[in-house]
Amino acid sequence: MLRFSTTKVVIMLAVTAFVCLLAVPNLMAPDTRTAIRQAVPGWVPSWLVPTQAIVLGLDLQGGSHVLLEVDSNDLVRSQVATLRDDVRRVLRETRVAPQGGIVAMPRGVQLRLADAADVEKVMPRLRELSQPISNAIIGQTGERNIDITTNGDSIQLTLSQAGVDERVRRAVDQAIEVLRRRVDALGTTEPNIQRQGADRILVQVPGLQDPQRLKEILGRTAKLQFRFMAEGGASPSEVEMMPSRDSGGQMMPVERRVIVEGEDLTDAQPAFDQRTGEPIVNFRFNVRGAQRFGQATSENVGRPLAIVLDNEIISAPRILQPITGGSGQISGNFTVEQANNLAILLRAGALPAKLTIVEERTVGPGLGQDSIEAGRLAAIVGTILVAIYMIACYGLFGVMANIAVLINVIMILGLLSALGATLTLPGIAGIVLTVGMAVDANVLIYERIREERRMGRSVISALDAGFSRALSTIVDSNITTLIAAVVLFLLGSGPVRGFAVTLSVGIVTTVFTAFTLTRLMVALWFRTLRPTTIPL
Amino acid sequence: MRLLRYIPDDTKFGFMQYRRISFPLSAVLSVLTIVLFFAVGMNFGIDFRGGTLIEMQARNGVADPGSIRQTAGGLGFGDVEVQTFGGPDEVLMRFGLQGDSEQAQQSLVSAVRGAFEADYEFRRVEVVGPRVSGELVQSGTLGVVVAVLGVLIYLWFRFEWQFAVGAVIATLHDLVLTIGFFSITQLEFNMTSIAAILTIVGYSLNDTVVVYDRIREMLRKYKRLSLPDIIDIAINSTLSRTIMTATTTFLALLALAVFGGAVIESFSLAMIFGVVMGTYSSIFIAAPVLIYLGAKVGGEGEAGEKTQASAPQAAP
Repeated sequence: MLRFSTTKVVIMLAVTAFVCLLAVPNLMAPDTRTAIRQAVPGWVPSWLVPTQAIVLGLDLQGGSHVLLEVDSNDLVRSQVATLRDDVRRVLRETRVAPQGGIVAMPRGVQLRLADAADVEKVMPRLRELSQPISNAIIGQTGERNIDITTNGDSIQLTLSQAGVDERVRRAVDQAIEVLRRRVDALGTTEPNIQRQGADRILVQVPGLQDPQRLKEILGRTAKLQFRFMAEGGASPSEVEMMPSRDSGGQMMPVERRVIVEGEDLTDAQPAFDQRTGEPIVNFRFNVRGAQRFGQATSENVGRPLAIVLDNEIISAPRILQPITGGSGQISGNFTVEQANNLAILLRAGALPAKLTIVEERTVGPGLGQDSIEAGRLAAIVGTILVAIYMIACYGLFGVMANIAVLINVIMILGLLSALGATLTLPGIAGIVLTVGMAVDANVLIYERIREERRMGRSVISALDAGFSRALSTIVDSNITTLIAAVVLFLLGSGPVRGFAVTLSVGIVTTVFTAFTLTRLMVALWFRTLRPTTIPL
Repeated sequence: MRLLRYIPDDTKFGFMQYRRISFPLSAVLSVLTIVLFFAVGMNFGIDFRGGTLIEMQARNGVADPGSIRQTAGGLGFGDVEVQTFGGPDEVLMRFGLQGDSEQAQQSLVSAVRGAFEADYEFRRVEVVGPRVSGELVQSGTLGVVVAVLGVLIYLWFRFEWQFAVGAVIATLHDLVLTIGFFSITQLEFNMTSIAAILTIVGYSLNDTVVVYDRIREMLRKYKRLSLPDIIDIAINSTLSRTIMTATTTFLALLALAVFGGAVIESFSLAMIFGVVMGTYSSIFIAAPVLIYLGAKVGGEGEAGEKTQASAPQAAP
């Protein structure tokens, strides 16, 4: 075990040096790293010049972690409403009258036709409503989003589970896009927005000053509509009651008909009203929106037009003259921040469904900094304690173990940087713990050497046997710990995951250093001094 | 230089004879833990119970838990737990789940921020809704079960089945007693505690495997000795390593517990307990269990000691 070929030594040292090199970017300022990245000529492979530093977790950096869930009930409700409208349209176009109207069910609609013969007439058209579901991976799935069943003169249209799942999936994709635009508008650095599970979105924003504002911006659906306030003679089926902000939440009648929606906006900016000085939001429509808005306002001069945001009347100004220029303003007793937020929301667009915050973890920058300092102090003290103890127990061999452990820690930092792993407070604990446990490999080897020596082996043969016999023990014992760490990684989240990563990486580097560096150092010591005893 | 060495060479402790003490002792402790778990329960954090945790730091340097309790109680969000945390200027507040709706948790945060923002800096806000907390319980439990099963399978491949079962019994023993530790100390039990438990599982197994490895070696070497004697030899020959590693790990954890800050204090304390427990269980539970499971001496069909003990008592 103590004989090394030169090639092997070179490879070992090269690997060690390279992995240690990966840790170097952590010593540089972010600007230096960017400068280096840009200065490297294109023909040099990027992995040769490491410029990635360890990403600090939100618990160390400060920031917000918000887990949002798409409200699938809300989606189903709106799908049922759409389905009902579609069915009504089909019936109207085929001139078939339902008996007792179209009944909405929790997951679909049901209707009964006056004449059973009409079933044949409407069915082909109704079947057109049902779309095949395609999947990005396998293409057509063979499933459809609406199941249609008939029973005599009654027809039932039900949203299929696959259809609902597909809709939720698409809603999550769309919501991620919208959220990204919204968060970007806050001007924070490196937000992370990703899908989690079937119906959730994880938003992580580091270094945020105002977490409440983030949540306000994330949680709003921001569905903007322009509708006329209902007048006395309107039929009840065309009118909807909504709370009004102007009159302190009182319910007011609004027409169901929507003139223009938020999706027809091209821009929205916060501003101040020139006369009153009140914060407002200026907006501009696209061509289609401008046309509709112009037409509607020309025909209804003198009527109040409600600006509806998420089913609440923000304000209902009276139309004094036709607005044909394609732009306008929204006022509503806003504070400056509310106007700013609304402008961001309108620019980013509406969410396809309601999102609810199911989990939030926010760490202020002060606590993050304190945690970093506490973690660093603990790591330094822990390492020094272990190092002193190792030297006290094993002397020269303890020094070798300490060198191995030190390089081990640098390698852990290097691998974490290269993997782009996130270092969390539990992650730092993982490193400190690794220092304590990494010496175990050395301890196993040293104790085995002593034992072999006591049994009367020569120096060289005791060293040799010590290394080779300890090998299987070290591998077995570390693999069991690795299994626990990997499970922790797969099932944990956030900071715990960070801990699992450092622990796993630490185990790998520990086994590596024990069998390369420690062995190399012992071999070197033996060859240069030719000792007749082992100082253990 | 004279090296520090407190475990003499060639110790010949008769560890196996203590199994008649250690097994009943561990069995009693395990039963007590289970009783304690159901009678007193653990101090579950919001990760598993759902609710809101808020850590605040007084802007003027001195926190006043009494007035905070009064103000927070007056906000109408039910019982609030207020305690100082870390330094005298820091306070930790805990609110229970607000109904079943996810929005209600958020209105609590807004209200609390409104009430204290002027005098306190919000250092940490954690809100775990009812659905997520339920899932965290599931994934936490699943994690522990999967990890133990994974290790069982690995050891079964590498050793005889008796070793795999023995290691798992010892691990479960550590797990149960760690839960007892959380019940007695009432340290908060959260996701980080699951990390601590899994690390304890890892450490304890690591320790057990080292002892088992030597037992296996000795079983092949001494075919004429009885199983308890062989196990004793194996434990004695690995004893100084066992103590050595436990000490270095303990030192590292001590630094974490003292300097690592209040956030990971419960993790460090649980780990320290786990290291002591893991060391004890490898010697006094995992090793003697092999006697009852009938590990074979010399790899042939001859069992060391045919003790027809009923199921190992350490199993919870």
